[in-house]
Amino acid sequence: MSEHHKENFITKYIFSMDHKMIAKQFLLTGMFMAVVGMLMSAIFRVQLANPGETSVLYNLLPSAWLNDAGGLNPDKYLALVTMHGTILVFWVLTAGLSGTFANFLIPLQIGARDMASGFLNMLSYWFFFIATVVLMSSLFVESGPASGGWTIYPPLSALPQAIPGSGTGMTLWLISITLFVVGSLLGGLNYIVTILNLRTIGMTMKRLPLTVWALLITAILGVLSFPVLLSCGLLLVFDRSFGTSFYLSDIIINGEILHNEGGSPILFEHLFWFLGHPEVYIILLPALGIVSEVIAVNSRKPIFGYKAMVGALLLIAFLSFIVWGHHMFMTGMNPFLGSVFTFTTLLIAIPSAVKVFNYLATLWRGNIRFTPAMLFAIGTVSAFITGGLTGIILGDSALDINVHDTYFVVGHFHIVMGLSAIYGMFAGVYHWFPKMYGRMMNKNLGYIHFWGTFICAYGVFFPMHFLGLAGLPRRYYSNSAFPMFDGLSDINALITFFALAGAVVQVIFLFNFFYSIFKGTKATQNPWKSNTLEWTTPIERIHGNWPGDLPVVKRWAYDYSKPGADEDFILQTEPLKEGEVEH
Amino acid sequence: MDIALRNIVKKQLLWISLAAISMFFASMLSAFIVEKADVGNWKEFILPNYFVLSTGVIILSSLVLFFIKPQLKKEKSIFGLVFTVLILGILFSYFQIKGWQQLTNQGIYLTGVGSNISGSFLYILTLTHLLHLVGGIVGLCISTIKSKQNLYSINNYLGLELTAIYWHFLTVLWVVLFAFLKFY
Ligand code: HEM
Ligand SMILES: [Cu+2]
Repeated sequence: MSEHHKENFITKYIFSMDHKMIAKQFLLTGMFMAVVGMLMSAIFRVQLANPGETSVLYNLLPSAWLNDAGGLNPDKYLALVTMHGTILVFWVLTAGLSGTFANFLIPLQIGARDMASGFLNMLSYWFFFIATVVLMSSLFVESGPASGGWTIYPPLSALPQAIPGSGTGMTLWLISITLFVVGSLLGGLNYIVTILNLRTIGMTMKRLPLTVWALLITAILGVLSFPVLLSCGLLLVFDRSFGTSFYLSDIIINGEILHNEGGSPILFEHLFWFLGHPEVYIILLPALGIVSEVIAVNSRKPIFGYKAMVGALLLIAFLSFIVWGHHMFMTGMNPFLGSVFTFTTLLIAIPSAVKVFNYLATLWRGNIRFTPAMLFAIGTVSAFITGGLTGIILGDSALDINVHDTYFVVGHFHIVMGLSAIYGMFAGVYHWFPKMYGRMMNKNLGYIHFWGTFICAYGVFFPMHFLGLAGLPRRYYSNSAFPMFDGLSDINALITFFALAGAVVQVIFLFNFFYSIFKGTKATQNPWKSNTLEWTTPIERIHGNWPGDLPVVKRWAYDYSKPGADEDFILQTEPLKEGEVEH
Repeated sequence: MDIALRNIVKKQLLWISLAAISMFFASMLSAFIVEKADVGNWKEFILPNYFVLSTGVIILSSLVLFFIKPQLKKEKSIFGLVFTVLILGILFSYFQIKGWQQLTNQGIYLTGVGSNISGSFLYILTLTHLLHLVGGIVGLCISTIKSKQNLYSINNYLGLELTAIYWHFLTVLWVVLFAFLKFY
């Protein structure tokens, strides 16, 4: 594997087996999908601010389905919301985030030449890519894409004749997500065995950077929970296409009585949320890993409570498998069972609080450098706190019943999952951009991007809580049909203003990103004065990462501002001095 | 990567995949349990005799696999053994299909009017098991050819070992499924 391969354009940029190139492929695909998903949200936000009018933006869209007469009707609104959710949850924050940083950081930070299997790794990207093509193609079929929400609850998803989006669009959604899951599983398997086996000499588990720990635990979560989505989807496919009744019972549609008997849509919810809840941690944990690294480097302090951080990750991962019922308090669940799920859900607050406390303790009296990456990392912690607080409300069955399926929920999950993870992803991009492209991103544009995003994001999602408390349901096309919501139209207009402004701010990021790839100032070997191994590789990208022997690790990743050291950072490859104790 | 490490990596990849597959079946079984408890018109079924036969056959095939390593140590040909396992695997598949025929004769259908969720589950569980088994049969075919060509030795039989691990897993999985369907 250390021998140098001859590379041509195709093997270098397209069917690459180099983990760094695959990481960039994931990143660019994820960014593309993020733009698509964000534009969709802009469109439906315009609709929500102008009840009764079809959206102006909407008519500019290119596809036949999107463009036929009549503009944005309720069916299309639901389709857009569904695609928006699917794209952001799976494409951007699962594949885009894990795919990018697991691929990029794992070999570099553990001191390996590449992933255990470059081939599986390449397959993992190409499954993802084909899944992307299939999903996007569903925007162009005549009956439109899937429209039953990103959670694809039956019966809408199980009966092709139910609504326009239940037909071809739903079929394509299912094909696409199956390919997606296969890709994620292949990736996850590879990340796990790589971390377990290919650590360089001296890189014990206790010396692993927290990024790698987080990515490892994320991969384990994925490998154990995605198969459940497959079985859930398989039963759905049988109901849809082969006439079984796993999720269906007593259905009359257009006057026709269907034969299906005995099944239960609640079963689907159980299976779906058994994946669904771990999935939100699959989204969040890599971001938390990135944040641990960025905060320690830019506070010039060791991460506070390393072992507690690892322990908290493990505990969160374990608990995430036994809380799924908190999405189902309204399904007529036995109140006792509800209280059990309330209990397990609130338990997650403990390791979460440990993490937040440790981040704050790391920042405390640090010699803080407010780089754009650092700001986004702190932004993640901030969003995690804000969103976590409303999580306590939603996790409590007695309280959740009042706000279930309102904008309160939309506000909660966007902040705790959407913003936390997106900020973590931005932090990672700003921090590792020099390693990825050998150049620096522009700092000032980074600041404008951060503050613009931060203000707009709170401007969008904070008021949503009040809408929810006032009873405004989610997934509604128009709020003007109900006089009781008329008083909320100003808030809706305000949210839309911030949503559009926030979308514009992202253009700054995109410009900065692509401009810096070609024209940014050249990066130095270790621009952030960081300890981890990736900064000991040459600036030029080479296959195999290190030109000579692999580095040998002598200490953990967090020796910042160590008393008695000459500088405020010590590379992991630096041997302990005489008499020096390891952290 | 040196060969020893590469072998460990490949084995781990397999083990982790088995964990993933187990989650797939575990979730199916829990769905079965939930539905059985909830559904009013759950129809009980009698497992076809053919499934008893197939259980015996697959257990036998796994037992045969245990004789391969000693044989390799003695540097004797293992072709006969591997081939036997392959034949038993095909026989198992045949009995499964026969079992389904027996079920339809009893009036238990996978889908459509007259089908019941209990029966649908029965079909889906056995079907998905069989699909996984097809992978094992492909592995056995390759191993059979390679053992015919004497490509395995006691120091070099990773492919065969991986196939064997996977096959044992399928056996255990089937026994669990069978016991579950029979007694739950
Ligand atoms: C770009 C800024 C964003 C805006 C303005 C936005 C806005 C919205 C709105 C208003 C809805 C609810 C529509 C309705 O229920 O009728 C929604 C749904 C949703 N959003 Fe976002 N969102 C944004 C980013 C994100 C991010 C980063 C995520 C990633 C987690 C995300 C995930 C979702 C999900 C899962 C849904 C639910 C879809 C469904 O109901 O099936 N969104 N978004
Ligand atoms: Cu949850």
